[in-house]
Amino acid sequence: MTRGSKAWLLFGLAMAWLFLLLWPLQGIRPDGTLAFAETVDIWWKIALACLICFAAFRLSRAGVFDFAVRPLARLAGGVGRVYAAWPRWVFLVPLAALALAYPFFTERYAQDVAVNVLVYVCLGLGLNVVVGLCGLLDLGYIAFYGVGAYTYALLSVHYGVSFWLCLPVCAAFAAVAGCVIGYPTLRMRGDYLAIVTLGFGEIVRIVLNNWMSLTNGPNGILGIAPPNLTVPVLSDGGLAFETIAMRKLFWMYYIILALAVFTVVAVRRLNFSRIGRAWEAIREDETAAELMGVDTFRFKLLAYAMGAVFGGLAGAFFAARMRFVSPESFTFIESAMVLAMVVLGGLGSIPGVILGALALVALPEVFRQFELYRMLVFGGVMAVMMLVRPAGLWPAARLGKRSDDEG
Amino acid sequence: MAATVLELRGVSAHYGRIQSLREVSLRVDEGEIVCIIGANGAGKTTTLMTVCGIVRATAGDILYHGASIRDTSPDRLPGLGLCQVPEGRRIFPRLTVSENLEMGAFFRRDGDGIKKDMGLVFRLFPVLYERRAQKGGTLSGGEQQMLAIARALMGRPRMLLLDEPSLGLSPLISQHIFRIIKDINEQQGTTILLVEQNANIALSLADRGYVLETGRVVMEDRADALRANPEIRKAYLGG
Repeated sequence: MTRGSKAWLLFGLAMAWLFLLLWPLQGIRPDGTLAFAETVDIWWKIALACLICFAAFRLSRAGVFDFAVRPLARLAGGVGRVYAAWPRWVFLVPLAALALAYPFFTERYAQDVAVNVLVYVCLGLGLNVVVGLCGLLDLGYIAFYGVGAYTYALLSVHYGVSFWLCLPVCAAFAAVAGCVIGYPTLRMRGDYLAIVTLGFGEIVRIVLNNWMSLTNGPNGILGIAPPNLTVPVLSDGGLAFETIAMRKLFWMYYIILALAVFTVVAVRRLNFSRIGRAWEAIREDETAAELMGVDTFRFKLLAYAMGAVFGGLAGAFFAARMRFVSPESFTFIESAMVLAMVVLGGLGSIPGVILGALALVALPEVFRQFELYRMLVFGGVMAVMMLVRPAGLWPAARLGKRSDDEG
Repeated sequence: MAATVLELRGVSAHYGRIQSLREVSLRVDEGEIVCIIGANGAGKTTTLMTVCGIVRATAGDILYHGASIRDTSPDRLPGLGLCQVPEGRRIFPRLTVSENLEMGAFFRRDGDGIKKDMGLVFRLFPVLYERRAQKGGTLSGGEQQMLAIARALMGRPRMLLLDEPSLGLSPLISQHIFRIIKDINEQQGTTILLVEQNANIALSLADRGYVLETGRVVMEDRADALRANPEIRKAYLGG
């Protein structure tokens, strides 16, 4: 038997197996009668889609698409060379200009999506510190987002504290929460850590849900003040100060853009510092890092707290933007989404995480009509990504960047 | 007589309920190369891991320059001049060679001194200089072992703990590595405690040796005496 026919045989077997899996789900009616029509109806669509993918895969292996792939690869290589050769500001300046001008040529809806993307950029970069740099799998990251959001919500509703004053407070509270959760959990490694962080994430959500007197439980907190801006204005009498409530969406866009830029700069500086080096060493080999004189527990706790800070900032913004918080916004699926962005984009890579956030927030918006199948598409995209780009969309590559190459 | 650098006094260690070290006592003097030989599972690696505190001693005491380090946290030892080349090399695979070396000097704050030592280490291992921008994981086994040793040297150790430097290496490369270890000892006066399964090569290098069997020191002597000992020849040197 040739390799080709063996592959087709496997394909046939897989489809038959799929049918056997599908049929009990679809074919047994509540009254006990059996039916095949519905199952066949779904099955042949999936089988056809798989057949097309499989055939395309085999054809590309056989080199049929080379006429298109070759020039594309050459183009990608050329782009990569240009990117490496030109100074970084050539790309950053137009990008910054585009980001600043964005609200002037877009609709409300597009701005809304952009705000969402930027919130997830902050969250993704924060989680990237924990997962990408320090190598600690955290499945409860959204808890810090929740802590930040509720901190601002409560301070604003009960004490009328301004958003700007609350930002550092939220960051500090999230960091404290990070330490409180991290202190007992960070003694575990690998799978155990993942399970425990998952548990703590749920604990935070359930506390928010049940502490009626403080958080108003599942009803959430209403009436959170938007950020204010006090600007000097020239009136008849001379200089006066006027307070603008930054209720408009474009204000929100600029605030979160500033937060995202702050996060990018901060994470980048952390990454390229002594602390970042220690985190990477811990990720690579914890015992070896310890033997090199890295106080692993302290640095892991620091990574956890730093990640929480960015989550807390994003949370404060979230509360200010929605003007309403409820525990529903901080479920496990949110943690999973943020983690998916980090992994999809490229662990430890800042542009990668930004791309990942863009992909996972913007693409479902673009494909709104398929929204029912969003999770299915996620699964599919993840599987394809693992095959095609196992290190992420934009893998972290920093060969010898910080080192003195001249020796 | 030279001063004692490291001394183990009746050290025991356990993995769960299984005792892996039974009252191990040994001594390493300034400028010496001391080797610990023994079969698989005799407790050689555990001895080193206990010295650096990754495995906690359940009895006995560990003295470094006369002060107890039994309860010292592992990450403080490089600062005291006690650096380890762990078993299986344990370099950081996704950091570059240069970054791996910088990690070896992590606890140090003297930038100029680190740079100078980097040059020194590159002179000792020219192949690492060629590969300085390459990721550690892409090096060959021998190069990785050199990197692990070089990384430990970046901490300017007064004493070096070496765990199985010949593991998985061809005889030729092992010989090269051991030559360098000898040079480090002779030129920089670094005290070395060497754990090695290849008893032949270890004993030819060392001044003194200890033989470990099921967590116990069963023999200690000068290295040449051990090499001449018929029992040792039979058990560890292949006849």
